[in-house]
Amino acid sequence: MERESMEFDVVIVGGGPSGLAAAIRLKQLAAASNSDVSVCVLEKASEIGGHILSGAVIEPRALEELFPDWKDRGAPLKTPAADDRFLLLSEKRSFRLPTPPQMHNKGNYIASLGNVCRWLAEQAEELEVEVYPGFAAAEVLYDESGAVKGVATGDMGLTADGTQGPSFERGIELHAHQTIFAEGCRGSLTKEVSERFELRVDAEPQVYGIGIKELWEIDSANFVSGQITHTAGWPMKSDTYGGSWMYHFEDNLVSIGFVVGLNYSNPFLSPFEEMQRFKTHPVIRDVLKGGRRISYGARAISAGGFQSIPKLAFPGGMLVGDTAGFLNLPKIKGSHTAMKSGITAAESVYSSLEDCRTKKKEVTDYGNNLKKTWLWEELYRVRNIKPAFHWGLFPAMLYSAVDTYLFRGKAPWTFKHRPDHTSLKLAADCKPIDYPKPDGVLTFDKLSSVFLSNTNHQEGQPVHLTLKDSTVPARVNHQLYAGLEERYCPAGVYEYVQDDDGTRLQINAQNCVHCKTCDIKDPTQNIHWVTPEGGGGPNYPNM
Amino acid sequence: MKILVAVKRAIDYNVKARPKSDGSGVELANVKMSMNPFDEIAVEEAIRIQEAEATTETVAVSIGVKQCQETLRTAMAMGVDRGILVETEEDVQPLAVAQALKAIVDKEQPDLVLLGKQAIDDDSNQVGQMLSALLGWSQGTFACGVELKGNSLVSVRREVDGGIQTLDLKMPAVITSDLRLNEPRYVKLPNIMKAKKKQLDTFTPDELGVDLASRIKVLTVSEPPVREGGVKVEDVNQLIDKLRNQAKVI
Repeated sequence: MERESMEFDVVIVGGGPSGLAAAIRLKQLAAASNSDVSVCVLEKASEIGGHILSGAVIEPRALEELFPDWKDRGAPLKTPAADDRFLLLSEKRSFRLPTPPQMHNKGNYIASLGNVCRWLAEQAEELEVEVYPGFAAAEVLYDESGAVKGVATGDMGLTADGTQGPSFERGIELHAHQTIFAEGCRGSLTKEVSERFELRVDAEPQVYGIGIKELWEIDSANFVSGQITHTAGWPMKSDTYGGSWMYHFEDNLVSIGFVVGLNYSNPFLSPFEEMQRFKTHPVIRDVLKGGRRISYGARAISAGGFQSIPKLAFPGGMLVGDTAGFLNLPKIKGSHTAMKSGITAAESVYSSLEDCRTKKKEVTDYGNNLKKTWLWEELYRVRNIKPAFHWGLFPAMLYSAVDTYLFRGKAPWTFKHRPDHTSLKLAADCKPIDYPKPDGVLTFDKLSSVFLSNTNHQEGQPVHLTLKDSTVPARVNHQLYAGLEERYCPAGVYEYVQDDDGTRLQINAQNCVHCKTCDIKDPTQNIHWVTPEGGGGPNYPNM
Repeated sequence: MKILVAVKRAIDYNVKARPKSDGSGVELANVKMSMNPFDEIAVEEAIRIQEAEATTETVAVSIGVKQCQETLRTAMAMGVDRGILVETEEDVQPLAVAQALKAIVDKEQPDLVLLGKQAIDDDSNQVGQMLSALLGWSQGTFACGVELKGNSLVSVRREVDGGIQTLDLKMPAVITSDLRLNEPRYVKLPNIMKAKKKQLDTFTPDELGVDLASRIKVLTVSEPPVREGGVKVEDVNQLIDKLRNQAKVI
């Protein structure tokens, strides 16, 4: 069945900080030179910000470059960062450590990145960017030369077996002179173009973490506006990378989250349960006492940093934001670098727009221009910190101090990464972890948590978590790794059930919160995450 | 022939509503809002009638804050021809809505008014009936089927307790949609673009000569009590005992 098509100068896949920054900059440049550029942003969430999950302490550096008058424009960055604590936890106690320099937050703000994106989208629409939430870019389109010529939105109204339902609506082709992929960590289309254009050949493998976040409204007596707490140590064993954040912001809100490195080795580990257990530490429990949890969600983050940055441009397209992996892990911030990469991509596209209009072009200037920015310098300096955690928490902290204070990020070596899915040990060689039962007040079970993510997928559509080989889950994952997807998935999507034919993996795709952990951690890379029907997935408020 | 369809911007059906911490209402800050699903069904029905009858104009109307424009744009992207917003910051209650709609009906003179049977936020289920009374028009509520019979009659199948009731209404008439009337279409991307160019007029309540002030005061909004887990009883006698002495229902 033929698809309708629409033409734009630039199509941007993803309405997060990087995609929206790129869209805004393109329109600003066009306005400044009194010319016109047509820009369209596609977003798979039902509204802008609906799939955005972040801490977030935001460094306004890139925002400042985009809108020097962001305060007057009412950007929702309202709580200045104040007291900044870095704690090392044991099970019952906490020890305050000097805050590493990358983690200093003077001049930064605590905010909801989702709300910042909602605001950015308003600014973009005022500049006449076409912003389309509720439409997932499901397919990359190529021209006869093999260059990217745009994307197609997914078909709507398919039934579980892939046939057309009564309200079936064919997807639309969006053709562009340049397509900017701003899908966030582990983008599904980025995965395809990375392979096709061999973007990762000269880069280290990307490595990841999974962040689980809860938003609490707490007793005002416990609220300290602008207070920032980061922890390392308990409940992680020292061989597993993990840490937490807790930020007090706006009106008695506390954002609390736990990040686990996806290179963990014990298949019995559950990032979700670690987060729940973490909240029982006195430092956290006392703050949340008397409060209520109002939201929950999870998202993978790119942690590879400098050495994992792939080739950024290819014929007809480019990568921006966390899908390219610009997160600064030691700083635990990525939205400023995401926006900066979007701005730089926009400037690079705009200056060669005439060429792009005549031929699908690889905008090589983008990578070159980015190398001249503070983003590159910033990521270069911290490049060895995350890999050092391979040695365990304490050696890594020691190394980080030496790398930061002695070498000032300019050590004459760069450590390597190995892909997260290769780090697993067999279940037989590991000890099961006995997690405490939830109390329903401070700690919760998975389903009541997923409920608060407001996630939903239109019933009856094809399962968007696809298996390359449907026998692998029972044969490999269940047998050798004790069904680890039941534990790494923070949304209860994967469930092993026993029936007459033996053990079978049941995929509850409706629960999915689009965190992408399964696509990353599956030991044989058998799970392939594709976009579900547009508008599906979580509906995060204030996340 | 002309159809007016009323649409309300309500909290999205996927969102778990929660009371504000001071109990003054439901928390709506940064919460996803969308078209009330029953109204979406009404819009779909209006468009289907329009697609079947070439001579129709369909107009969507919404009452509320400025952002209701987005709800009207959604209706227009689905296929409605133009939109009218009665803009107000008031917390509009059913009678006020019905009065404002009557003012719009007086201006537009439609043959049919379609609306959702209720909105999923306050579940009032009053506006359609009140509007019909204010206008002195026939009403067909809880419609699960609508069929035009010539230029003056419309047949409405209604979901009632015992089954389906079929009414023939003289037009002009007010019809409220139930869940099973139809399945709304997916909005197509090019149509969203086109909808941005469609006409959207805004009126203040004063311009329409209606008073939208609240007549009902909300004292407090709170969460329902947490449901406690059930217990297993040993036998029928124990069940009867518990029903009689503990639950006190028999």
